[in-house]
Amino acid sequence: MKSPRLDPPARVLVTKIGLDGHDRGSRIVAAFLRDAGMDVIYTPPWQSIAGVVKLATEEDVDTIGVSSLATDHLIVPQLVEALREAGLGHVGVVVGGVVPVDEQPALIASGVSAIFGPGASRDDIVEHVAALAAQSRAARDAELREWTP
Amino acid sequence: MTKEAVQLPLPGFDQDFAQWRADYSKQIGADRRIVNRSGIEIKSLYTPRDLDGSAYETDLGFPGQYPYTRGIYPTMHRGHTWSQRQLIGLGTPEDYNARVRQILAAGATAISFLPCNSGFRGVDCDEVDPLLLGTCGTVSNTVDDMDVALDGVPLGEISTAMNDPSPFTLLAFTLGVAKRRGIAWDRISGTSNQSDYISHFIANHMFYRLSLPGSRRVLTDHVAFCLERLPNWNPISVVGQHMQQAGATPAETVGFTLSTALQYAEDCVTRGIDIDVLLRRFTFFFDISISFFEEIAKFRAARRIWARLARERLGAKNPNSWRFKFHGQTSGVDLTRQQPLNNIARVATQAMAGILSGLQSMHTDAYDEAVATPTEETARIALGTQNILREEAHLCDVIDPLAGSYYVETLTDQMDAEILSVIAKIDAAGGMYKAAESGLVQTMIGESARRYQEKIERGEEKVVGVNCYQFDDEEGARKPTERPDLERMKAHIERFKAFKESRSRSAVDSALAALARAAHDKEDNIFARVVEAAGVGVTHGEIVACLRKELGFGRPLIVA
Repeated sequence: MKSPRLDPPARVLVTKIGLDGHDRGSRIVAAFLRDAGMDVIYTPPWQSIAGVVKLATEEDVDTIGVSSLATDHLIVPQLVEALREAGLGHVGVVVGGVVPVDEQPALIASGVSAIFGPGASRDDIVEHVAALAAQSRAARDAELREWTP
Repeated sequence: MTKEAVQLPLPGFDQDFAQWRADYSKQIGADRRIVNRSGIEIKSLYTPRDLDGSAYETDLGFPGQYPYTRGIYPTMHRGHTWSQRQLIGLGTPEDYNARVRQILAAGATAISFLPCNSGFRGVDCDEVDPLLLGTCGTVSNTVDDMDVALDGVPLGEISTAMNDPSPFTLLAFTLGVAKRRGIAWDRISGTSNQSDYISHFIANHMFYRLSLPGSRRVLTDHVAFCLERLPNWNPISVVGQHMQQAGATPAETVGFTLSTALQYAEDCVTRGIDIDVLLRRFTFFFDISISFFEEIAKFRAARRIWARLARERLGAKNPNSWRFKFHGQTSGVDLTRQQPLNNIARVATQAMAGILSGLQSMHTDAYDEAVATPTEETARIALGTQNILREEAHLCDVIDPLAGSYYVETLTDQMDAEILSVIAKIDAAGGMYKAAESGLVQTMIGESARRYQEKIERGEEKVVGVNCYQFDDEEGARKPTERPDLERMKAHIERFKAFKESRSRSAVDSALAALARAAHDKEDNIFARVVEAAGVGVTHGEIVACLRKELGFGRPLIVA
């Protein structure tokens, strides 16, 4: 399956929230997504949830990828909730990194679209993020149409 | 009958070698080109032709003799095997204490302390979401916390390794505890394990606290304080682990690490510290990856290069200063989420490489580290792996047992050359401090990380269960992840807040004022003021905040 190409290209925010700074994964994934033709907004680690919401608004992103290597995934549901409250419910969220199996259902239930663990392939990640961005873009456009008189 | 050394060319060697090469080419057809992680091409066969036997005395020598390629002590593991130093730390100080008491009861002679990520970030427990507290280390923000954590631990008799980045508050708290218990500071022994601020700046592990110049000043003050007041403490551990974890090749890792060591040594000498007093307290900390022979060659080459740098470049006179003492941790990056029990075999292979390299201290990862913080059971298996290798596999009977292997010696020389070329690059950039400040090192690491990942994606590097031999093992029957009890953590935060209210405000204010003044007075010692501040109840977050304000904040340098 060929992933849908958006025009203008999908805008993806790659970030880390919370306390951990292991950024090898987020840097590599950001590069992969950029190579696949997406507009990538990359942040250093240690972002606050409010900061990520603000950046997502300002940069009008379609999708957010959160990398978590040391338990920061525990606060991802708070990020999803904060996005909703800020009117960014259409923005899809994916998580990459180390999330124990027994803690994955809570993330999915909170609205996270997918979790990519260690060893996930570049193609799977790119494919999923592209599809999710297309979905987010469509949802946003539908909302905008509703508001257009 | 005495044996005569056989001299090259051996009779019939060339003819037989040519025959083998012809047979080999015929059988193998199109041969694969194999390049190790450090970029060195690996041949299919090594022979006496690859070795220059005349360099034995200058390049290898004997264990305990310069340049220490074969080991830093005459007896190596035949005398003492390595220390088993497993990292521990989770939850509240009470949780840590329960765990450390178990470890001591089981006969441990050395302990370690891993602080909560909030500590690495330079903040107190009341400044972050309680959900994140104590999940990767122990919350410890005051002398009181450390007193609870080390209750029943015989400080002064036991070596404590503190994962304690600048400004070294964990050591300050420990000294506060020692003072309370009437234990003389010169009996306190251990290591400041995360003193290598350059590696933190480069590899974005967890730490970001003070500006580069600020960290530089705090480190030299810390070293000066420790050398004067804590004769049994190792104030500097130069860490290659972060860089290799972040994606540097093994050769780059050693090149960067030794360049960092040179930088710290030169900075301390500039501050007036005697090189021989300093270097005998240097230790190193490395990743051991699964690229087996490459790792062994890496450590053998590193020992030799460091000895030469310490003696020739830094001018150290005492042989103790030339010895490359290192702690190895099996690399978590090589572990996989898929088919997690396979990681036990990976850790055993890594640990074997470390042992055959002659390490002084080791941590073996638990097989579930690619998924979560280890449970007690998986941590026990990790220790069991070390015990099996030491007790059953007879790896310690012979010193430097791979020496003389045509392959290992050739690879050691090649890694040596590769490492020296990295050091030359850093020298050309003005030394490690400048190379980190400019982003040169970060760029090199980022490129190497990406090259390696692309090799995996293309299937050139095989990872079992990830890009080959896959089967559906999803949702393995792992026990629920152990997390700190949230209610107990919240109670801890309340006690912490109450403690802050109970302190003498004037004592806290004057200690912080003295710390702030020291930050701008090069004649003063910042770490001495940190220790004093800790002693009157100033917290970790307050100390870091003060120094951040006075010395500047270290912003992450991101090189895309």
